[in-house]
Amino acid sequence: MTFGAFRGMRGIVKGLLMALALFSASGAADAQIGKIERVVTPAGIELWFVKDDTLPILSMYFAFEGGASQDPADRAGLAYFTAAMLDEGAGDLDARTFQERLERRAISLSFSADRDTFRGSLRVLSEHRAEAFELLRLSLNAPRFDQEAIDRIRASILAANRRSQNNPDEVASLRWFASAFPNHPYGRPVKGDEASVSGIERNMLFAYVKKNLARSNLKIAVVGSIDRDELVRLIDDSFSKLPAKAELSQVAEVTPQSLGRRDVVDLNIPQTAIIFGSSGIKRQDPDFIPAFILNHILGGGSFSSRLYREVREKRGLAYSVYSHLATLDYAGLFLGGTSTRNDRAAEALQIIEQEIARIAKEGPTAEELAQAKSYLTGSYLLHFDTSAKVAQQLLEIQLENLGIDYIERRNKLVNAVTEEDVRRAAKRLLADSKLLVIMVGRPAPLAKANGG
Amino acid sequence: MPGPLYLHREFGRLLERLGAFHKVKNFVMSAIAICAAASSAAVVLPATRADAQGLQVSEFKLENGLQVIVIPDRRTPVVTHMVWYHVGSADETPGKSGLAHFLEHLMFKGTDKNPGGKFSKVVATIGGQENAFTSQDYTAYFQRVTKENLEQVMTFEADRMTGLHLTDDVVLPERNVVLEERRTRTDNDPAAQLAEALTAALYVNHPYGRPIIGWMHEIRQLDRQSALDFYKRFYTPNNAVLVLAGDLDEKEARELAAKTYGKVPRLLEIAPRVRPVEPEPRAHRRISLADQRVRQPSLSRYYLVPSYRTGEGNEAEALEILSHILGGGQTSRLYHALVVEKGIAANAGAWYQGTALDATRFSVYASPRPGVALADLETALDQVIEQIIEKGVSADEMDRVKTRIIASTIFSQDNQTTLARIYGAALTTGLSVDSVKEWPNRIRAVTPEQVRDAAKKWLDLRRAVTGHLVRPETVPEKRT
Repeated sequence: MTFGAFRGMRGIVKGLLMALALFSASGAADAQIGKIERVVTPAGIELWFVKDDTLPILSMYFAFEGGASQDPADRAGLAYFTAAMLDEGAGDLDARTFQERLERRAISLSFSADRDTFRGSLRVLSEHRAEAFELLRLSLNAPRFDQEAIDRIRASILAANRRSQNNPDEVASLRWFASAFPNHPYGRPVKGDEASVSGIERNMLFAYVKKNLARSNLKIAVVGSIDRDELVRLIDDSFSKLPAKAELSQVAEVTPQSLGRRDVVDLNIPQTAIIFGSSGIKRQDPDFIPAFILNHILGGGSFSSRLYREVREKRGLAYSVYSHLATLDYAGLFLGGTSTRNDRAAEALQIIEQEIARIAKEGPTAEELAQAKSYLTGSYLLHFDTSAKVAQQLLEIQLENLGIDYIERRNKLVNAVTEEDVRRAAKRLLADSKLLVIMVGRPAPLAKANGG
Repeated sequence: MPGPLYLHREFGRLLERLGAFHKVKNFVMSAIAICAAASSAAVVLPATRADAQGLQVSEFKLENGLQVIVIPDRRTPVVTHMVWYHVGSADETPGKSGLAHFLEHLMFKGTDKNPGGKFSKVVATIGGQENAFTSQDYTAYFQRVTKENLEQVMTFEADRMTGLHLTDDVVLPERNVVLEERRTRTDNDPAAQLAEALTAALYVNHPYGRPIIGWMHEIRQLDRQSALDFYKRFYTPNNAVLVLAGDLDEKEARELAAKTYGKVPRLLEIAPRVRPVEPEPRAHRRISLADQRVRQPSLSRYYLVPSYRTGEGNEAEALEILSHILGGGQTSRLYHALVVEKGIAANAGAWYQGTALDATRFSVYASPRPGVALADLETALDQVIEQIIEKGVSADEMDRVKTRIIASTIFSQDNQTTLARIYGAALTTGLSVDSVKEWPNRIRAVTPEQVRDAAKKWLDLRRAVTGHLVRPETVPEKRT
């Protein structure tokens, strides 16, 4: 999940995010994070809850499945726009009053949308929980979508989108998804484009909320200092009046197209930003964990991946080089990227392709596998050292359907992976992998692309 | 990656990840608390609240002069281990800009005792996370590990304090990495180039005017010997702060520190950090960066203002509050006037980088909606500032902002790494543990009059540089 947010994050930041988003929970953690309770409210809403009174705070993360893939074909950016609008006034409170009420109690309430989910988060001092849940209730059940706020938020999204046209990673990512998924929601920009955002109207926002914010596609995780019964009451206050069932349009399973193609997007900058990718693997696939380990060794999140060593350390070609597995709901992807000076872009790409081919053919060494497993199991606990992180993990585990005992099982799953498993995953993922490559910049002439 | 987290953009990325890219507002506090101790932009200094949740921060010194800060957080058996050196880009010799940051990269290249990438390999094997960052005033290295691995990484980090070993076959490729980093962060992006130019223009005498990453032509000339010389000048236990945050207490920290860092010799005495002081500024400066790539023009201004260390009384706290009232999110004056009421801006805001050893920056910025001239936007922005100077701020605004700032100090306690960064950044910019602890109380004590006075005294155009980011076609200056 959460790969709507993918746009060429770098280095360790990227690595951390991947670990968090893809691999979700980590090993020995369960003993440390307190008991995870699966609670079902009187209205039938399920939430996962960890009571933690160490600090007087409360963190809640929730998600409605659907996200930007539910945007109408000619209104890309609607989910994102709606997310930006939900705290712009609700009930009797106009935008300013609503924001001031949040501020007065230091309540953080925010919404976001990615390709597969529409998300919200709430962080509050426990003493102000009643006000926080009241404002949450209003935002979900009675958004105003005043025209003034719509115009203002539209201007801000359009300005941000225009700014991104200078961000080579962003340009490359948009082009990659557009080329890989023509005529599919995943090919459309999550934040929309000039035309689609300009055409979003008030009734569309209401329609999006009505169809997408329902109880049937809702997952909730809460960590913090609150009494369980009171939490149940507050959750029902906020969510129980939502429609029972979401009206989601069907999204087709899809595999990336245009593999083997190399496109250059001209941007007058001293570097070339490269994004490459091909088919990956879905989260529920039995080979997902072997594939995850494979990717960790190739281009994953530590300072010891093959791509990091070959492209950065040995040759000094780039500050950042990475690969990762993006597990969207309707597609699995293998994606990666780097940025290097224009006159050496071809060389960087060639090295990356060589490394992919090499690991596809030979698999990892025994030492690399042992080290990867050691890293992944050892670092699992680091994803649980704040209450906000614990809540985020619990939400991801629900969204990926991994089961409430996943945290206990996860390190065993990693440790059980054999060399053979990784080799098999490498063959499946990378053996005849033609990459779709997008290069943004002014790269010196490339070697002839293979096929198209 | 070993790399600095010094730019606004890093900050932007974080917000983007959280899905709040275009609407900073409520995220401002938390995002700042999470990442900005290491950022030159908008550093807030969340601290522990003196009442209710007594965070037990302790402090001691080893015989070799290493200062140690211990911040217990016993919820998870994880520890954040950081070493902060009192050295940053402002301590470089003129002509060698980027050296502090280049050395930070080279610190991952091995020591006599642990050659090559052995340290990183061990960190990866035990499942630790590591990184480093450089600012104008400090350079810091950290690992996050499970408790049983703490002693091991402390042993490695202590060794790296004095044992660095460099050869040209690792130094030269790494210099290329840094050149690529500069291209990625700055040269690809006109807005980043404008920010660099604004900083350079603001400081006419002080080394804060140099970019942390260095000027391109000077990075190209950095070499092994200059890195080693710099290392030998500044890397010694008596010029560093060790911060341990997580699952340990003071007693354990003392034992581990003595066993590891305690064995590192005090190599040299460190002279006080006295940098050339800025003259009293007298002329408002204007710069304009015109680039065909610009699709969204913008305007930003930096004022030269006191930092937490240099401010008198609670001047810095007043500037902190002023930055929130003026431009901290959607309820702020700038947002309300320019984005909501007049509808001439797509966004607008302000920030204050209080965490700095010397005179620092206060910034206001705005992006116009299509068809609005930057000159007109600037006039409207100036009116907002003038109104605060003339009429002051309301008690209600003060209350809301104080609540938010003080709450952020409680939220920061949820994250041991955030706490470690807050203390590390404070102690390497001339503040004390007590000053961090007392910060919420000092924020509480600020009066509306002091905020108004701060605006009047410091938001004076003579102290400022105003920058316009435009496309060449729109360059003609329309003066109103």
